[in-house]
Amino acid sequence: MTDMELLNWARGPALEWATIIFVVGVLVRFLEMSLLGRKPDLSEARASAAGGGWRTVWRRSIPAPGLVKQAPVVIYAGYAFHIGLLIALLFFAPHILLFKDVFGLSWPALPFFVVDAATVIAIVALLVLLVHRLVNPVRRFLSSWVDYLVWAVTFLPLLTGYLAYHRMILPYTEMLAYHMLSVALLLVVFPFTKLMHTFTIFVSRWYNGAVSGRKGVQL
Amino acid sequence: MSKRPTVAEHLARQGVSRRAFLKFCAATASMMALPPGMAPAIAEALGQRRRPAVIWLSFQECTGCTESLTRSHSPTIESLIFDVISLDYHHTLQAAAGDAAEHHRERVQEEFAGEYLLIVDGSIPIADGGVYSTIAGMTNLQMLEESAKGAAAIVAVGSCAAFGGIPKANPNPTGAVSVADIIKDKPIINVSGCPPIPVVITGVLAHYLTFGTIPELDKLGRPTAFYGETIHDRCYRRPFYDQGKFAKSFDDAGARNGWCLYELGCKGPTTYNACATTKWNEGTSWPVESGHGCLGCSEPDFWDAGSFYKAVSMPISDLGKLGLAAAAAGAVAGVAVGLHNRHVKAGAKAAHKPLTADELEGDKS
Ligand code: SF4
Ligand code: SF4
Repeated sequence: MTDMELLNWARGPALEWATIIFVVGVLVRFLEMSLLGRKPDLSEARASAAGGGWRTVWRRSIPAPGLVKQAPVVIYAGYAFHIGLLIALLFFAPHILLFKDVFGLSWPALPFFVVDAATVIAIVALLVLLVHRLVNPVRRFLSSWVDYLVWAVTFLPLLTGYLAYHRMILPYTEMLAYHMLSVALLLVVFPFTKLMHTFTIFVSRWYNGAVSGRKGVQL
Repeated sequence: MSKRPTVAEHLARQGVSRRAFLKFCAATASMMALPPGMAPAIAEALGQRRRPAVIWLSFQECTGCTESLTRSHSPTIESLIFDVISLDYHHTLQAAAGDAAEHHRERVQEEFAGEYLLIVDGSIPIADGGVYSTIAGMTNLQMLEESAKGAAAIVAVGSCAAFGGIPKANPNPTGAVSVADIIKDKPIINVSGCPPIPVVITGVLAHYLTFGTIPELDKLGRPTAFYGETIHDRCYRRPFYDQGKFAKSFDDAGARNGWCLYELGCKGPTTYNACATTKWNEGTSWPVESGHGCLGCSEPDFWDAGSFYKAVSMPISDLGKLGLAAAAAGAVAGVAVGLHNRHVKAGAKAAHKPLTADELEGDKS
């Protein structure tokens, strides 16, 4: 198989199948959760549920001071990784073209050097988090193979994207193909692992906050 | 026939000046990244050689490759290649036809066995016994195998001969394959492009004729002297790419300012060819300079890489539509799973038998 055949396969059938698995998987998981049903809450609300929900969404997005002291690596590296990833994913010009192609929406890109820096930050942060997970006995004990799988499928698109952009190690065509294949892998693994938090995180925060908010408890 | 004149003798007979020949050699030297001072040495080496026999076979092709070589603004330095070689067989260019032409080909193959150079343009259809393209009652496959036997080397000119090209495009009804897919025991030089740049064709031939060796090739069998870098590596619009300045349509301000054509589908980043440095039509211009993105014509399967106007970072297929269809399927599946879960839940509830305190007590004893 030539590099070009591999790239065509990645841009074609591989992404098609990954998209199907991703969309079907995410929807099934969401519907599964929401159709489980909740008992109607017959008590009188003490405060606004929605207000509590939004409050929690916001409050939980800011690290609690105690946590920063307790787990500084996780907090700092965690934030650095997520911000870096979002910048690289959403503001790299070629990525925006992809979103435009799929969703019909586009927005201005950030200069390449900004995206480049964000990518490096995300890669370094992920490496720090992996080492932390392996070195800290409690974290290592709590980690299952799925955690390492999730780490790997998140790491690979960042790494291959960086190497492709800088024409490093492999010819661009081949590296670009691996980059797309790594994204396809991420999409396939996504619905069945904790990567689902991308979509559920704010829903669950809101839900927790709303339940307590209704009872007059502010989280 | 073996008393063929040397190249120098032939040129003199044709009235080609030494100056023109030196120019050809200088152009060749520069194409091969040799110092210009090498030109007289090349002229010397080439001049003393007997004009080598060349058989040019055309299979599933559009004649664009031959046109590229022969119709580039004339008289060109490139056309001099026809004085350097003895082109013994070429459908489009030969005067002979029918049996006479075929006999001549056979004679040359016999007489210069092990010496002649075989040039092929066009892909070879192998589906259904190769019936989709025949010449003088022979399938292309048979002719290639027969002519390759005595060849010293083979030059596959154009993306069809090199990689299968447009005839091989999905769904490839004729079972088109490249020369290298069939011939495994001869040195093959792939000169890809649709068509290849004329000076690249002559450069490769001249290199072979001068040095008698196969130039350094990349992993797709292309001479690295011409295919060592991507269009994007050498593109004069590259600074705009690096600054993120992209033309968004073919007639916006960006396009008029000569910004990068990436978003308009330029395949320069994944295409190895020399267009950006040699240019076309005697160095007049080249596709990106004329305002259109590179199509990727010198790469395998460029015809199956989706729209020419989709950037390389875009998926080939319409994932938006596919995603919608998948969402519909996902919704149905999700509801089915949800209902099933409810059913399980209701069943568990119904099967649930409350225990009394007495029963628990009884359990203890
Ligand atoms: S026009 Fe094409 S080859 Fe030139 S810099 Fe832009 S993407 Fe690269
Ligand atoms: S610019 Fe690209 S598509 Fe055009 S001739 Fe050159 S390699 Fe082929």
